Amino acid sequence: MIVDEFDVIVIGGGHAGCEASLAAARLGLKTIVFTLSVDNIAFMPCNPHIGGSSKGHLVREIDALGGEMGKNIDKTYLQSKMLNKSKGPAIHSLRAQADKMEYSKSMKMILQSQKNLTVKQAEIEEILFEELDANEDSSLLHDGYERKVIGVKTVTGLTYKGKTVILCTGTYLKSRCLCGESISYTGPNGLQPSNLLSKSLIEGGVELRRFKTGTPARMDGNSIDYSKMEVQTGDTPVIPFSFDTNPDDIQKEQYNCYLTYTNEKTHEIIRNNIDRSPIYAGIIEGIGPRYCPSIEDKVVKFPDKIRHQVFIEPEGSGTNEMYVDGMSSSMPEDVQIQMYRTVPGLENCVIVKNAYAIEYDCLCSGQLYPTLELKKIRGLFSAGQFNGSSGYEEAAAQGLFAGINASMQILGKPYLSIDRSEGYIGVLVDDIVTKDNLEPYRMMTSRAEYRLLLRQDNADIRLRKKGYEVGLISEEKYQALLQKEDQILKETERLKGIKVGASKDVQDFMDRHDSPRLKTAASLSELICRPELNYENISELDPDRPTLSKDVIEQVEINIKYEGYIERQQRQVDKFKKMENKKIPADINYDDVLSLRLEARANLKKFRPINVGQASRISGVNPADISVLLVYLENYNRSNNNH
Amino acid sequence: MFFKEDTICAIATAMIDAGIGIIRVSGDRTLEIVNNLYIDAKGNHSLKNYESHTINYGFIVDENDNKIDEIMISIMKAPRSYTKEDVVEINSHGGRLIMESILNLLIKNGCRLAEPGEFTKRAFLNGRIDLTRAEAVMDLIHAQNEFSMKNSELQIGGILFNKIEALRKEILYEMAFIESAIDDPENYDLTGYDERLSKKNEEWINKLDYLINTSDEGIIRKDGIKTVIIGKPNAGKSSLLNKLAGEEKAIVTDIEGTTRDIIEETIRLDDIVLRVLDTAGIRDTDDKVEKIGVERAVKSAQSADLILYIIDSTDDSVSDDERISELILEKHVIVLLNKNDISDSISILEKDIHNIYGSNIPVIKTSMVSDTGIEELKKIITDMFFNGNLVPKEEVYVTNLRQKEALINAFESLKKVEASIEASMSEDFYSIDLMNAYAFLGEIIGQEVDEDLVEEIFSKFCMGK
Repeated sequence: MIVDEFDVIVIGGGHAGCEASLAAARLGLKTIVFTLSVDNIAFMPCNPHIGGSSKGHLVREIDALGGEMGKNIDKTYLQSKMLNKSKGPAIHSLRAQADKMEYSKSMKMILQSQKNLTVKQAEIEEILFEELDANEDSSLLHDGYERKVIGVKTVTGLTYKGKTVILCTGTYLKSRCLCGESISYTGPNGLQPSNLLSKSLIEGGVELRRFKTGTPARMDGNSIDYSKMEVQTGDTPVIPFSFDTNPDDIQKEQYNCYLTYTNEKTHEIIRNNIDRSPIYAGIIEGIGPRYCPSIEDKVVKFPDKIRHQVFIEPEGSGTNEMYVDGMSSSMPEDVQIQMYRTVPGLENCVIVKNAYAIEYDCLCSGQLYPTLELKKIRGLFSAGQFNGSSGYEEAAAQGLFAGINASMQILGKPYLSIDRSEGYIGVLVDDIVTKDNLEPYRMMTSRAEYRLLLRQDNADIRLRKKGYEVGLISEEKYQALLQKEDQILKETERLKGIKVGASKDVQDFMDRHDSPRLKTAASLSELICRPELNYENISELDPDRPTLSKDVIEQVEINIKYEGYIERQQRQVDKFKKMENKKIPADINYDDVLSLRLEARANLKKFRPINVGQASRISGVNPADISVLLVYLENYNRSNNNH
Repeated sequence: MFFKEDTICAIATAMIDAGIGIIRVSGDRTLEIVNNLYIDAKGNHSLKNYESHTINYGFIVDENDNKIDEIMISIMKAPRSYTKEDVVEINSHGGRLIMESILNLLIKNGCRLAEPGEFTKRAFLNGRIDLTRAEAVMDLIHAQNEFSMKNSELQIGGILFNKIEALRKEILYEMAFIESAIDDPENYDLTGYDERLSKKNEEWINKLDYLINTSDEGIIRKDGIKTVIIGKPNAGKSSLLNKLAGEEKAIVTDIEGTTRDIIEETIRLDDIVLRVLDTAGIRDTDDKVEKIGVERAVKSAQSADLILYIIDSTDDSVSDDERISELILEKHVIVLLNKNDISDSISILEKDIHNIYGSNIPVIKTSMVSDTGIEELKKIITDMFFNGNLVPKEEVYVTNLRQKEALINAFESLKKVEASIEASMSEDFYSIDLMNAYAFLGEIIGQEVDEDLVEEIFSKFCMGK
C-alpha cells in the first residue's frame, strides 16, 4: 500500500536525521522522518556533552547555517565552558554538558511542531529504486548515476514514495554490542537495531563495511565519593552556542563535573585481562576510532603513562547517573567493576549501565559526491555515522548539509558547497568524501588547515550568507549580519585612522600598563596590537569611540591583533582556491593520463574528484601525480581551445 | 597517447668528430621510417621485428639500399622510453659527415629535425618527468657552461632533493607535534616547547641561509659573472673589452665619450663565464645622449658582481667622481693602471691606489697596446672566484630564480616563526608560518605542486612555436 508521497524521506531520528528533516521541512518541502523510537529522538547514547575542541566550531557553524543543535543545547545545558582560553582564538572552543533527556525531549517537540514535517516510528526495510528515465531534465543526470531512488518500504509493508531519501542510520544497522564475552544483538543502550535495511542497500549497489565505537559505564551518583576528585565548574557568564540566543536568557546555576585519574593499579587490571577484551581477543571485526580510544587502547598505546584523566559528568537533571569520560571499554563487566573501583572516588562505585563496544554497518569511502549524495543513486543522500564519522556534532553537521542539498536538488537550486577554507563543515565533508577513512572519522582542530580563519567566534560571518542563500536564514537575521560586518569594518578603519601622540598623559598611560613608551605617534590599532593592551583598556585614550556590541568588539580586536597572521593564512587560502578552481572534466578518462602511478589512477577512478584540489587530497595520490594531472589538463584545455 | 605530433630526430651526442655518435628518433612513425633505412646483416629490413629494449647490429642504407654506415641500433617502444613514444637510437660512427648524412636521410623520409629540448618536452608532456625534473632538464639544455651542466645534473640526480627533503621532514615533525598537542593536550605536553622549537628553528634558518648564499653564486656561475668595466672617458675601457673578447666589439677611438651605450660580451675564462659590460666613461657631461649612457653605466656597475676599474696611469688625478668611490667600497674591484707602456709620463702608482682605496685592492699594470697585464688579470679573476670554495663537484647550488625565490620565502617564514616565539604567541600561530615554510620548500622539489610552474614550463617549451 502506498501511504503518501514526500519530497524528502529521512531514515533515522538521531542528530543527523533531526537536522536533515528540519532543514528540508523549513525549506518548504514535504518531509517525513522515520525513527525506530520516537521517544529516543536526538538521543545521546554516549557522552553527555555537545561541543568541545573543534566540535564546538561545528555547532556554531550549524547554527550559522540555520540548524537546530546550538539552540537546543542552549536550552538544555547543565554546564558550559569555553575551552583553551589560554591559547589563540582559533582554538577556543565551546563545550556544554547536556541534560540528555531534556535535550532529546526538546528536540522531539521541535520536530513535531515543525510545519511540513511528519515524525513516524517505523523500521525501514527497503529502499525503492528505479532505472533512470532518459527523458528527465538532463541537468540532474550525473554521468555517475546508475539508478534513482523513489521511496522506502517499512517492515509492516507500507510504501512511502519520495523524491529523495537521506540515510541517517547512525550505529543501528545490524548493530551488536559487546561486553567481554557477552554479545547482544541490539542498538545502543539496548535499543532495537535495524537488521533488514543493509541487504536492500547492498542490492542497490551500495558497498558497506563494519565500524565500531564504544562507551564507558554510567555510575550511580550516590556511590561516588566526589571529595577525592577535583571539581570542574562552568564559566560565568555562559556564552551561548547560537548566534540567536540572548545570553541573558540562559544564565542559570550550573552542575559540576569532576576530574580524577586512573593509576598503575587500574592499568595492571587491564593488562592482566587484556585477553578478555573482545578487540584484543579478535571478536570485534569493526575498526574503532584512534582518537576516541578505549581505556584498554590507551593503556596499550601509552605504556609509560602512569595515569590517564577521567572526567565524571552528569547525565541529566532527571537521573543520578554519572558518565565516566575517558574510560570507555569493552572488557567483561567483572573486569569493569574491578577496574573502575581502582579510581580515586570510585572505590565503591555501583555501575548502573555497563560499558560496551558497538559494531555497525556503514558506508565504504569513495561512494559520495561532495553534496553527500551517493554517486550511483540519484536522490539518495547520507549523513552521520552511516558515512563513517563519529560524534553528535559531526552527524548533525552532515545531516544539515545533506538535508539542504537534497532540498536543493528538488528545488532545482545550486547545491550548498562549503570548502576547506570556509568552515569545519567543509573540512568534514571534504574528508568524508575524498579520504579513504579506515576508522570512524572524528573532527579535530588539526584537520582544518586554515583554522585561524575558521574560528568559532566568526562562524556567522563565514556562513550566514550561505544559510541565507539556501533559505534557512531569515532576511531579518541576514540584515543584522550585514550590519555587524559593516560595524566591524568601520570600527577597524577608525582605529587605524586615529593617532595618539607621545604626550605626557599617553606616556603615563603606557607606564601604568607596563607598556613601552611611545617613540612617535601611533594609531590606536597599533596600540591594540601590543600584547599588554587591548580594546577595553585603551578606552581612556579613545574618548569618542562608538557604542558597540561585545561581538563586534571581539571581531575588531581579533582582526587587529592578529592581522599579519590572518593575512598570511588568507594567502594560503588564495593558493588553495587556485587548485580548487582547476576543474576536472567529468568525462576525463584516467587511462589517458599516462604516468599516473597505479594506486593514484585507481583511486582517482574510484573517487572521481571534481577539481585538482580535491584530487590532491585523495589517499594514494601524490604531488607527482598531481603535476602529471595538471599537465594533462593544460594540454587538454589547450587542444580543446584550438578546436 | 594524447600528444600526437611529428616524428623527430636529432644528433644526441656532440657535433664533433668523435669515435661514436648517437642519433635519436622519437615519435609514432619512428619504427616505420627507420625500418626503411635499416638492414640487418642479411640485408633484410627487419627492424620492425625486433623486441623492445634490444640493441641490434646492422647498416643504415639510403633509398636504394646503398650502405651509408655500419651501426648498432637500440629500440625502445612506447611507453617504456624517455619520451613515452617509440624511440630508436642509432649508434653510428662519429664523423660529422656520416652523422649529417644519416640525419638528412631521416628527414627526407619523414622525420623533422628536433628543436632544442624537444625530446624533454615530449617526456614532460607525456607525463614521463615531473615539473622539477623538467625544469632542471630545461636548465641543462640552456646551460651555458660546464658548471651549470653539472649542477643541473645534480638536481636531476636529487642531491638538492635530499637536502630539502631532510629539512622538510624535520619541519613536518614539529608541525605534527603541535597539531597533536592542540588536539590531545593530555598526552602531548607543550611546556617549554617554544624554547625547543626556537633552537631547531635557528638551525633551519642557518641551513636555508647557506643554501640561499650558495644560490647567489650559482646564479652568477650560470648566467656568467657580471663584470662591468668602468673608468673615466678614454681610459681604455673598450680596448680592454676587445682584448678580453679577442675581437673588435666596441668602437675604439681617441675621442672621449665614444661608447654611449653599453656593450656586452660573454667571455669564457677556463670554466667561468664572464658577462663583460663596457660602459660609457663616468664623468659629468652635458651631452644628453651621453648623459643617459653614463647613468646606465653607473646603474649597471651597481648590480655588478665584479668591477674592472681602469685608470689612465698618465692622468694626473685618480677619480673625479665619488660614485666610483662608492662602488669600489661595496664591490669586488680590480684596478687596472692602464697605458703603462707610456712609461715616461706615468703619474699614478700602485701605492696611490692603495692609499685611496685600501691595500686589499688588487692592482695590475696594463697596456692595451703591448698586451701587458691581460694574463695576470685573467688569473686574478679566476683565483677570486675559485678560491677552492666554489667547486661544484658534490655541493649543490640552487641555480634558478624560482627555486631561489622559494628558498627566500621559506627563510622568511621561519624568521616569522622566530618572531612569533619571541612575542610569546601560542603554538597555533607559528604553525601557520611553519606550514608556509614547509610548502615553499616543497615547491623546490616538486612535493608541493605550484600550478604557476606548469604554465611557466609550458611557455618555456612552447617558445618560438
